[in-house]
Amino acid sequence: MFQKPTIIGKAAVIEAIPEHPALKAILAWKPEALTDAKLDRDELTLTIAPEEIRAAAATVQAAGYNFMDDLTAVDWFPSSPRFQVSYHILSHTYKEYIRLRVLLDDANPSVASITPVWPSANYYEREVFDLMGIRFEGHPNLRRIMMPDDWVGHPLRKDYPVEGYR
Amino acid sequence: MAELIGTPILEVPAAEGAKDQHMVINMGPQHPATHGVLRLVLEIDGEIIVRLYPEVGYLHTGIEKTCEAKFYQQVVPLTDRINYLDPLSNNLCYCLAVEKLLGLEAPEKAKWLRVLLVELSRLNSHLIWLGTHAMDIGALTVFLYTFREREDILRLFEAVAGQRMMTSYFRIGGLSMEPPLDFLDRVQAFINTFPEKIDEYANLLTGNPIFRNRLMGVGYLSAADAIALGVTGPPMRASGVDFDLRRDMPYSGYEKFKFNVPISTGGDCWARYEVRLLEMRESVKIIQQALDGMPEGPVKADAPKIVLPDREKMKTQMEALIHHFKIVTEGFEVPAGEVYQGIEAGHGQTGYYVVSDGTAKPHRVHMRYPSFATLQALETMCQGRMLADVVAIIGSIDIVLGEIDR
Repeated sequence: MFQKPTIIGKAAVIEAIPEHPALKAILAWKPEALTDAKLDRDELTLTIAPEEIRAAAATVQAAGYNFMDDLTAVDWFPSSPRFQVSYHILSHTYKEYIRLRVLLDDANPSVASITPVWPSANYYEREVFDLMGIRFEGHPNLRRIMMPDDWVGHPLRKDYPVEGYR
Repeated sequence: MAELIGTPILEVPAAEGAKDQHMVINMGPQHPATHGVLRLVLEIDGEIIVRLYPEVGYLHTGIEKTCEAKFYQQVVPLTDRINYLDPLSNNLCYCLAVEKLLGLEAPEKAKWLRVLLVELSRLNSHLIWLGTHAMDIGALTVFLYTFREREDILRLFEAVAGQRMMTSYFRIGGLSMEPPLDFLDRVQAFINTFPEKIDEYANLLTGNPIFRNRLMGVGYLSAADAIALGVTGPPMRASGVDFDLRRDMPYSGYEKFKFNVPISTGGDCWARYEVRLLEMRESVKIIQQALDGMPEGPVKADAPKIVLPDREKMKTQMEALIHHFKIVTEGFEVPAGEVYQGIEAGHGQTGYYVVSDGTAKPHRVHMRYPSFATLQALETMCQGRMLADVVAIIGSIDIVLGEIDR
């Protein structure tokens, strides 16, 4: 199957798809909030500075990306920055997904909650907090959702022991 | 000492202006109307719901963590166990995601068979929904009728996969094997009679005054709320949002099929009932088109390093034996990258987020399942309604706890 070449880097992606509505909206709002970009396998990934994610979410929402489809995190232990939070946003108008992501350091990972923009992020952020240990500032009720309330540790982290007694 | 964060669920401060007579009660986790192990904490004023907290996680088995320890092809059987009422949709979504990572495409016949089987799987899911939903409301008869047809569908699954529920029939790069020779005829025989069966259910329920009164105007969800709260699938379309991934972002060859996407603007439980009944009729149309236009050809992609060889070849060809041994013992390496694949499953939009680091095991697999998000809308739908309506509303949003907890 023919695959389009991967385009990596902010400048290269802006050059390749300057008319993309989400990219255009973010550049019009605050170009420095976009730290990196990637166009891989027809999927656009925009890396956002962690402190700007809530405003960036509101920006793409206003640009027509109206549905928060998925929110999750990836642990890149032992590399640094260790955590990646991925937001998959769907547009009912343009009929496509975009991926926003933020990169977080190992020490006390924390990022602003996007529940003010999409209330549907509530359970997803609780799940990421529970299983990955990333805190979402401004979340209305950041409790564990899958594991018992008094559980120790965050099971989806790569350094979580998978066998033996903990 | 474990870190406690947030407010424990039973110590949530009472709502603004709450009076002494508010009562907090528990519904579930063992309750026949919650369709699994869902616990609801309800704050009620008399019989009126003031607030409602779903408490989930009783079925959490860490499937996402398990995936990280398996080879790519070994993840397929795990996906069945998530939404056990619509197993083939899970298989399809995962396989499409990995195929996208690999840059591999399933052959045409495999795509058509996938569509056919996923639509059967959707019928299976909707039949269980209809039966249990009607039973929750008190119409016991329909349950027996829908499970009669579900049995036929399960027999079809058994014919192709050897398994009734945990099919694992789709593989990365195609299907696990050719379906039996008489399979398409059996599907045709089933499809010939099925529309009459839908009429039969509709006769039992649509004109039933008790069923109508229990559903009409109950559990209203506006289109804006549906989008804000992440509701997808039939509940979203019953609120008037015209979006279906099969039509709008076609995958696995759906662009070749003609079907309507039923929409209702009612937004209540009745609208969800009507939308799902119409969806069953549309699924029958899709299956008929798949049967009529079924192409010839192989059901596995020509990628010997990824797709397991046929048994026959293994016994006669050295290369096939080597490839089989390599795939089973070492898996196959998948180029680094991340993909997100969304499909329209029976309950709503399912999405698989697969991250590869270039090895034979996925670095991270995340599943987005519709029930998890839809459950967040339950409080909005139930507020101000009677306690007995909660049962009708849970039935109408059609949740599966396996996919909420994973």
